[in-house]
Amino acid sequence: MEKNKLTTGKVAGIIANLVIVDVDGPVSQNEICYINLGGVRLMAEVIKVLGTKAYTQVFESTRGLKIGESVDFMGHMLEVTLGPGILSRNFDGLQNDLDKMEGTFLKRGEYTAPINVDQEWPFTPLAKAGDSVMAGDWLGEVKENWIGHKIMVPFKFEGKYTVKSVKAGGTYKASDTIAVLTDRDGREVNVSMVQKWPVKVPIKAYTDKPRPFRLMETGVRIIDTMNPIVEGGTGFVPGPFGSGKTVLQHALSKQAEADLIIVAACGERANEVVEIFTEFPELDDPRTGRKLMERTTIIANTSNMPVAAREASVYTAMTLGEYYRSMGLKVLLLADSTSRWAQALREMSNRMEELPGPDAFPMDLPAIISSFYARAGYVYLNNGSTGSITFIGTVSPAGGNLKEPVTESTKKAARCFFALSQQRADSKRYPAVDPIDSYSKYLEYPELQEYLAENISPEWLANVLETKNLLLRGKEAYEQINILGDDGVPIDYHLRYWKSEVIDFVILQQDAFDKIDASTPIERQKDMLGKVLEVCRTGFDFESFEEVNPYFKRVINVFKQMNYSLYQSGDFKKYEAELDAIIKERKAA
Amino acid sequence: METKAFQKIYTKVTQITKATCTLQASGIGYEEMATVNGRLAQVVKINGDNVTLQIFSGTEGIPTNAEVIFLGRPPVLKVGEELAGRFFNAYGQPIDGGPEVEGEEREIGGPSVNPVRRKQPSELIATGIAGIDLNNTLVTGQKIPFFADPDQPFNQVMAMVALRAKADKIILGGMGLTNDDYLYYKNVFDNAGALDRIISFVNTTENPPVERLLVPDMALTAAEYFAYDKKETVLVLLTDMTLYADALSIVSNRMDQIPSKDSMPGSLYSDLAKIYEKAVQFPEGGSITIIAVTTLSGGDITHAIPDNTGYITEGQLFLRRDSDIGKVIVDPFRSLSRLKQLVIGKQTRKDHPQVMNAAVRLYADASNAKTKLENGFDLTDYDVRTMNFAREYSNDLLAIDVNIDTTMMLDKAWELFGKHFSKAEVGIKQEFVDLYWPA
Repeated sequence: MEKNKLTTGKVAGIIANLVIVDVDGPVSQNEICYINLGGVRLMAEVIKVLGTKAYTQVFESTRGLKIGESVDFMGHMLEVTLGPGILSRNFDGLQNDLDKMEGTFLKRGEYTAPINVDQEWPFTPLAKAGDSVMAGDWLGEVKENWIGHKIMVPFKFEGKYTVKSVKAGGTYKASDTIAVLTDRDGREVNVSMVQKWPVKVPIKAYTDKPRPFRLMETGVRIIDTMNPIVEGGTGFVPGPFGSGKTVLQHALSKQAEADLIIVAACGERANEVVEIFTEFPELDDPRTGRKLMERTTIIANTSNMPVAAREASVYTAMTLGEYYRSMGLKVLLLADSTSRWAQALREMSNRMEELPGPDAFPMDLPAIISSFYARAGYVYLNNGSTGSITFIGTVSPAGGNLKEPVTESTKKAARCFFALSQQRADSKRYPAVDPIDSYSKYLEYPELQEYLAENISPEWLANVLETKNLLLRGKEAYEQINILGDDGVPIDYHLRYWKSEVIDFVILQQDAFDKIDASTPIERQKDMLGKVLEVCRTGFDFESFEEVNPYFKRVINVFKQMNYSLYQSGDFKKYEAELDAIIKERKAA
Repeated sequence: METKAFQKIYTKVTQITKATCTLQASGIGYEEMATVNGRLAQVVKINGDNVTLQIFSGTEGIPTNAEVIFLGRPPVLKVGEELAGRFFNAYGQPIDGGPEVEGEEREIGGPSVNPVRRKQPSELIATGIAGIDLNNTLVTGQKIPFFADPDQPFNQVMAMVALRAKADKIILGGMGLTNDDYLYYKNVFDNAGALDRIISFVNTTENPPVERLLVPDMALTAAEYFAYDKKETVLVLLTDMTLYADALSIVSNRMDQIPSKDSMPGSLYSDLAKIYEKAVQFPEGGSITIIAVTTLSGGDITHAIPDNTGYITEGQLFLRRDSDIGKVIVDPFRSLSRLKQLVIGKQTRKDHPQVMNAAVRLYADASNAKTKLENGFDLTDYDVRTMNFAREYSNDLLAIDVNIDTTMMLDKAWELFGKHFSKAEVGIKQEFVDLYWPA
């Protein structure tokens, strides 16, 4: 790895942000270099090498760059800095702290320190002299917001080390040496609270990665009840524009049962990130009573920021997630949108004149996507505790067509599919997750089935599957009614359709802007699903089809009032009683 | 173009294609401007000594011994108060017979605003058009296009919105505008006595298409000057972005790039985002709002241009001819302003969100009733009433010739509710019904 003299080079060719550099020594694939442009240094990454020519993608605009300008290679890949002080920051895709940047406009070549190494932290040791440790083991802990931020043996350390000394409890700067380790050959190494790691390499400081089995509550009924995601699971949300991708992502980032949330705003609207900046510091996290922003970290590479850094942004976010997972935390990583990342790959592949795959995307797109999703997961750490990264990406399919390369590749990699449907969005049925097309593979996992039976109820899974079936039957009945006319079908068809509408309005639809309805705890979801199924299993007496529609509209209305009321409150119980009375009116003898 | 005595003149062009020429030169900056026999060109590729120039007006008649002069700078615009009231071409040169503008030279297509230095948009823009103000309220710092078929009167609606919007400056970026439309805008602004706050950058159909690529950057550089330096409210009108995207595809095609969907360049999303994301609300007060036009072919919004636009912009507006009333209306179903939640019911009357939703829902019922009628089914009394309501709603509120303030729009909606429906059918919160239900 070590090179005594770092390679330098000279600019030999420029096509937009692809710069070809003549080098005077060894370079490695994905090595970082800085290109000098009149006193400014532009960061770039090697993406191809041909003889003495290194092809680099520049993370900034190359306007004004000239042939012959000098280039310095750094001898390492794109790295992030890991240490206390990352939480609730706003970074760009290269982990520059956006708040530290001066001026209203982003200046190229301005790089700011991701964390303040001079900041002091109250440190508590967790290891003691003589302990045998390896990469990722916990040496000590500092309090970062409310999280016990573990100071770990740097991930780059290979093999076993012995702890020679650890600082006693006290306040230290992040850059201070807090422990001294000795390797097998007796060499001493100092460890501080700060370490670096290349973003494109997964952090593997864990002993085992089992199949995930614990439900991850999101408070969104159509996810938790119908298509549950698990701690350490993966999911994706494809949908045309205007179908509510962002609202759903924001709901997840506000409500999900995670210790911390990392949001990678990758190539999307700047105003959406501003919404998080503006609202999250004001919103309370119901789990901790603190502000939501304290558990949220944002990696913002909005659509007008340099394209090459878009690709880096999702890797940066994943690496930060892996760092916190190694502390035994539950991390939820959201990326909006992975299509923009794929498009960045396409632009570069195009400039390098590679032979294109489908829709001009690079041929290895499916491989890149699946190896990225594979970095999520539930893990057992060296000391037996557990941590997880749950990853949900959004996909923006061109023309809303799900048969495009990014959606198809992601479908192979992610285990939950939350398909947003234009039709549901048009009829204002939000969240517009299609109940028939969407799925969660985790429902088929015996591990999760066991967990659900134990933690919710033994008949929960059967109830969920029954609900799905009722929805399908309702849809079929609706199609028949449309073809044959209202009076051309037996009344039973109307009943079937309206029962599926009850499920739709009460369970599937949820008002993200209502204080109470926005988030439903699993206990309440269980209760409501039970109530709804009770109605669906009831036989009703109707003389004609004309009575069915107004009757069920009443049923739905009362159910909705329940959803809007505080759980088990006086109002809630009043509506519940009203509902029971309505059901009695028409219940078949 | 000015030439300076010490500038080196190259005369050996080694390669010429439809849009580019290549020559040997050194010390040239990427994206630097040049002239080739007096035609403006820009560096698009440098490979060793070989510099490739894109000639905006095309290479017809360019000889291999053409005089090439490098200007040592990227494309710039001179900014200053004097821009107000002037008409320019795509290069920022006056086309109104007036003098050159004196002022600070700024590079066009400059850097983006740091997202943490933005403010959440919060100021309502009143246009008087109920299809917009009532159903799809616009906010300063927003970016929103009209998705329109070429035969729809989007230029008229845009001009109307611009004049009513009470902006300090209106900047028109015309791309592939027909000469007639260009004169239309000029006349409308002139007649309204608003010329002193209008700045236009115009590429008409008579100009070479590739020149269009400069227009949005010129317009937005001027906009940033007024919004950021002068803290003014700036409205930028971009018409027609489809022709802009077509110009992008012409260039990428001539540069031998592999096309992606609909023959558009793979970078279309980034190219469009770079423009639209210039819309911003600055915390210090100034703002840039972008209203654009994207013409559709046959109403197809899955085409790469409207599709990518929809993912970037904060909503879209659709115009439609309502055959029942014979007028053009703002389509309440397909139009959407994503930022309306930030202002409705807050800067407008509290009943605004509920009234808006109720009216659109009843309008949807009418459209279902209409389908029923067309399919030969019998109509119920409710169906008939919704259809009557829809006709009046369309005529009195959705039509683009309506010009009233938001409170009057809300009152009008209540009047129609009261005329055609019972309180239960409208289904609005009781507190608003008590206040506004017509006696």
